[in-house]
Amino acid sequence: MSDERAAGAANGDSQWPLWEVFAQPPKGAPHEHVGSVHAATAEQALENARDVYTRRGEAVSLWVVPSQAITASTPDDMGPFFDPGNDKPYRHPQFYKVPRGVKVF
Amino acid sequence: MSFDYLVRLADDRLVLGHRTSEWCGHGPILEEDIALANIALDLLGEATLFYKLAADAEGKGRNEDALAYLRDAIDFRNVLMVELPKGDFGFTIVRQLFFSVYSSLQMEALQRSTNADVAGVAAKALKESRYHVRHAAQWVVTLGDGTDESHARAQRAVDELWRYTGEMFLTDEVDEAAVAAGLGVDPSTLERAWRDQIDDVLARATLTTPSVTYMQRGGRQGRHTEHLGHLLSEMQILARSHPGASW
Repeated sequence: MSDERAAGAANGDSQWPLWEVFAQPPKGAPHEHVGSVHAATAEQALENARDVYTRRGEAVSLWVVPSQAITASTPDDMGPFFDPGNDKPYRHPQFYKVPRGVKVF
Repeated sequence: MSFDYLVRLADDRLVLGHRTSEWCGHGPILEEDIALANIALDLLGEATLFYKLAADAEGKGRNEDALAYLRDAIDFRNVLMVELPKGDFGFTIVRQLFFSVYSSLQMEALQRSTNADVAGVAAKALKESRYHVRHAAQWVVTLGDGTDESHARAQRAVDELWRYTGEMFLTDEVDEAAVAAGLGVDPSTLERAWRDQIDDVLARATLTTPSVTYMQRGGRQGRHTEHLGHLLSEMQILARSHPGASW
């Protein structure tokens, strides 16, 4: 490890900002989160995402978003956020009858 | 004659591809390591295709492996710039910019080759080299317009490499024959556009275009620096130690 890099690590400054990568599959599905990259600038993040996540024709479009810009739920939120949905089966559409005339469903 | 022209295209890309591959496992960060390996593989792929076309043109039963692995330094026709040691990251990136801009202009012109195979390879290589330009230009601006250290290293790389750039645009009888046959492009016609693009990137990077006009030459005639022999000995040893070996 060179001196500069050693110094950077000591400062806690050895990593560039993190970016979350979203790729759109070739079939036109919505962008999906595929992973993250480190980069100093947005353009560099886009190029790094291209090189890391689209080497085998996986995507037709890429988004990169600063990880800091994402507000996420925490594991502690799981109960209040998601459990109330579990005992409300009427929110699922199977209680509704399919109208006559709809053949493919 | 078309063999000589095509083998130059292939040699530039094989040698630079090998140099770039030397970063594999040594990139400044993981993402850049992968990016450089991708670029190295693009160049090796382009070299393979041009070697195939050269071997066909030669018609002596040699294939792309024979051309890559069983020729000596004196037979190689790459420009000197691509065989120089990889240096620091700034040196590698500045060289990548200089060559990629040249390559993209060259491939753009070669798409109009009357040889359909050459035009097809050029169309594929053009897309790759345009991405290489984008990658390298972004980095040269980042380094040049970065810290004092990165600026100094990038400027040193520009100064060291500049005298090797002129060779890319020299035209000799091999080029003239390729142009006359409708196969190739006259390298000297690419220089103006190359210089404009390079000046633009260097200006954005706050780097100074050197004013020296003396240019190194010799690679296109097989007169190389000492570095090519070392590169080839490492690159060729497996193929030469185990002739005809396969996976």
